[in-house]
Amino acid sequence: MRKLALNDEILLQVDKAARYIGGEVNSIMKDPENVSIRVAMCFPDVYEIGMSNLGMMILYDMMNAREDTWCERLFSPWTDLDRIMREKQIPLFALESQDPVKDFDFLAVTIGYEMCYTNILQVLDLSGIPLLARERTEKDPLVIGGGSCTYNPEPLADFFDLFYIGEGEVMYDPLFDLYHQMKDEGKSRQEFLRAASGIPGIYVPSLYSVEYQPDGTIASFGPTEEGVPQTVERQLVTDMTTGYRRIRKPVVPFIKATQDRVTLEIQRGCIRGCRFCQAGMIYRPTRERKADELMDSAREMLRTTGHEEISLSSLSSSDYTQLPELVDHLITECREKYVNISLPSLRIDAFALDVMSKVQDVKKSSLTFAPEAGSQRLRNVINKGLTEEDIMRGSRDAFLGGWNRVKLYFMLGLPTETTEDMKGIAHLAERIAENYYDIPKDQRNGKIQINVSTSFFVPKPFTPFQWAGMFREEDFIEKAKTVKNEIRSMLNQRSIRYSWHEPDVTILEGFLARGDRRCGAVIKKAYELGALYDAWSESFRYDIWKQAFSECGMDIDFYTLRERGTDEILPWDFIDCGVTKAFLIREWDRARKETVTPNCRQSCSGCGARKYQGGVCFEGSN
Amino acid sequence: MKVRIKFTKTGPVKFIGHLDTMRYFQKAVRRSELPAAFSGGYSPHMIMSFAAPLGVGMESLAEYFDMELTEKIPCDEIVERLNREMADGFSVIQAAVAAEGKAGNAMALVAAADYLITFREGKAPAGAWLEKLPEFLNQPVIETEKETKKGVRLIDIRPFIYEMKELDGGIFVRLASASSNYTRPDTVMKAFYAFLGEEMPEYAFQTRRLEVYADQGTEEAPRFVTLLTAGEQK
Repeated sequence: MRKLALNDEILLQVDKAARYIGGEVNSIMKDPENVSIRVAMCFPDVYEIGMSNLGMMILYDMMNAREDTWCERLFSPWTDLDRIMREKQIPLFALESQDPVKDFDFLAVTIGYEMCYTNILQVLDLSGIPLLARERTEKDPLVIGGGSCTYNPEPLADFFDLFYIGEGEVMYDPLFDLYHQMKDEGKSRQEFLRAASGIPGIYVPSLYSVEYQPDGTIASFGPTEEGVPQTVERQLVTDMTTGYRRIRKPVVPFIKATQDRVTLEIQRGCIRGCRFCQAGMIYRPTRERKADELMDSAREMLRTTGHEEISLSSLSSSDYTQLPELVDHLITECREKYVNISLPSLRIDAFALDVMSKVQDVKKSSLTFAPEAGSQRLRNVINKGLTEEDIMRGSRDAFLGGWNRVKLYFMLGLPTETTEDMKGIAHLAERIAENYYDIPKDQRNGKIQINVSTSFFVPKPFTPFQWAGMFREEDFIEKAKTVKNEIRSMLNQRSIRYSWHEPDVTILEGFLARGDRRCGAVIKKAYELGALYDAWSESFRYDIWKQAFSECGMDIDFYTLRERGTDEILPWDFIDCGVTKAFLIREWDRARKETVTPNCRQSCSGCGARKYQGGVCFEGSN
Repeated sequence: MKVRIKFTKTGPVKFIGHLDTMRYFQKAVRRSELPAAFSGGYSPHMIMSFAAPLGVGMESLAEYFDMELTEKIPCDEIVERLNREMADGFSVIQAAVAAEGKAGNAMALVAAADYLITFREGKAPAGAWLEKLPEFLNQPVIETEKETKKGVRLIDIRPFIYEMKELDGGIFVRLASASSNYTRPDTVMKAFYAFLGEEMPEYAFQTRRLEVYADQGTEEAPRFVTLLTAGEQK
C-alpha cells in the first residue's frame, strides 16, 4: 500500500482529501531507483481544475514514456491544507510517490492564466524552493514554465530557471536528453542552463538583461553571453498525424474534476483572426487532426477511462472541416455506449441546430452567441466575423426548433468603443427578443430568456491590440452601467438579464499580461502579503495587490492605461511566435480603419505562420 | 440479470466519499465492458444502487452494490473483469445473482453492520475501559444527542447496539443500520467515552466496516445474514 505524505488526522480535517492521495486509475507509478529524471508537473490551481487541463495530461503521458523519467503530478493545496502545511512545516509533495518536490530534478509549471501567478509562488514556497531563481542552489529542482502565459514570461522571469515557449511535444526530449547527459557528467546547474538556452524554444531569463529608458519603457533587451540566441523560437507540432501525442490512458480522478470527461482535441489554431484574441494568433497556423484518427482515439480513451461523457476541444470548432462526419460518427457510437456528448460552442446554423437537438434536451439547453461587440462598426474593428444577420437568422431557426434561451457574450472597453457601441449591446438583445415574439405564438415555446454577459477587454501580447490602452476601474463600471441602463429602457427588458465581471481582477490581469521584469517584485510582495488563489473570486483581494504596488513603488497605470507606440520595445518582442510584428501593426491599423481582414481559408493575410510549412497555409496544395 | 457485488475499500482510498465511490464504480464497470443496463433519456445513467454509504475516512471489508446486466455473465467472470479495472485499495471479492424487484435491493435489506474500531496511538481511553464495557452495556438506557432538522433530540441507542466487545485490542460492534435505526459507530464511542467520564479526543480511532447484514428472522428473534447470502436468488 502506498504511504501518504499526510497523516489521517490532517486528511480528515481538510476539504476533499482525495485531492491529495494520488493512486488514481491510469496514474503512473515507477521505481525511483530506476529513473534518472524526476519531474513534478504542476498546475498551480486546485486539483479539480488542474486535472481538467489537456496540456498537462499530454506532457504527463509523454514524459512518462521515457524510461529514464518519472513525471508526477502536483497541484496547489487548497487554503485549508496550505495553512496546516505551513503550521506543521510539511514539505509539498507530488501525488504519485508522495515524495517532497524539493528532491526532484524538475518542477514544471503549466501557466495557463495570469491570476495563478501567486499560486506558483505558493508551490515554490511550500516545497521549500527559494522563490527567486538566483537564490537556488545545485540541490534545488530546476523550475521550468510553459503554457500560454509564457508568451510574455517577463513578469515571472525572477521565479523561473527556464521557460519552454510553445507546444510541449517538440523539445522536451532533447531537453531531457541534455539534462540526463550533463547530470551523468556531473555538470553544474549553470552549465546546464547555459547549454539548454541553445535548444530552440528554451528561454533562460538569467542569461538576458533589460535596460530601461528614463520614461520607464524598455531601452534594450538581449542576451548577456555570446552564443545565447537573440530570439526564442516558439515550438509547434507541424504534422498532426506524426507529431501529435495521442493520450491513450488519461488519468481518471477519484473526485469529480471540472472536466469529468474524455477530451478530444480536434485541431489547434484558429483561422479567424479576431484581433483581441491571443489564442487565435499564437497558435497559428490552424492544424487539423484527421476524423478517423479522432474516432479511434475517442474509442480508446472511453475504454481506458470509463468516462460517461466526451467533449471536443479546439478553438472555433465549427471551422474544423471534418466536423459533420466526426460528430455523426460520435453520435452513433456514443448512443450505443450510453456516452453523452458535450458539444463545444458552435456557430449557430442548420447543422449546429440539428446536432444540438440530437445530443441535448432542447428545453434545457440554450443558444450561445459571442458577438463580443454591440455594433457592426465595432465588430469590424475587432474583426469578429459574426453579423447581426447571422444572429437573427440562427436564432430564428432555433426558436422555431423549440429553443427559448439565448446567451450573449460581449466585451466592454475595446479599442475605439463609443457609447453607441455599448448601447448597441442592449439593442441587439432587444431585437433578438422582438425576433422571438414575431413568431406566431403556437410556433414558439413560451417566454424568451436572454442572458447578456459582459467582460472587460484585456489587451494581450502578440495580438493586434497589444498596444491598446485599458481603462480605470471607475470607467469600466461606468461602461457596465451604460449597458445596464440601456437594457432597462428596452421594451422587452423583462426578458433580458444582464451580468458583468468585476473590473478589479481585469485590471490586474491586464497588468500581469503585459508586464515586464520589474513586475515580479509586485507579484512576490502580493504573495508575501497573503495573495493566493486570485483566480477565485472568494479569495481574490484587490486591497492586498494595491498595497503591494504601493510598497514596491510601482505604478500600475503605466502598464494598463498607456497606449504603446508601435516603435516601443515590448517585453515579449524577443519571442518569435510565428505571427510577425509587421502583420500585427498592419492589423492594428486596419482595426482603427474599421477594415475587416479575411480568414485564413478565404485568403492568406501573410501573418508569418506560413513559415512553419504546415496546417491551413498548405491546405489543398499537397 | 441483477447482480450483487461485494468489494473492499482500504488504505488511502478511504478518503473518497460515497458519491465519488459510486462514480468510481460506474467508470470501472464501463472499463470492464460488462453489459450494464442503462436508464433512457438524454443523459442515460447506469442502473446501480449501493447498499450503505460509508463515511469518509472509514475502511470496509464488505461494501455492496447491485447492478443490472443485459446479458447473463458467470459471477466469477464478473469478479475477474471488475478486478482488472480496480485502483489500489479497491478489490471486488464476490458477486452473486440477486433476486429481482425493489424489496430485494441491497439498500432496503440493510439491517445491521459490524465494525472494528481501532484506537490511534495514544488516543485510547485512559481508564480501564475493557472492564467497564459490560457495565456500559448493562445500562437500560444509553441516551445520545441526535441532531435533526427540528433541533437536537435525545435518543436511546441501547437497543441498537446488538453486540460490543474487545477485539484485537480495539472494539468490535454490531450496530443497527436500517434507515429507521441507523447508528453510527462514533455515536456509540462518544457515549462510551462519556460513560468513562472522558472527553473523546478528535480522530481517536480508525473505523473499519467488517460486514453488512440483512435480517431474515422475526421481530423477536432476528437472524442476521450477510447481504450477499440474503440477496441470493433462490
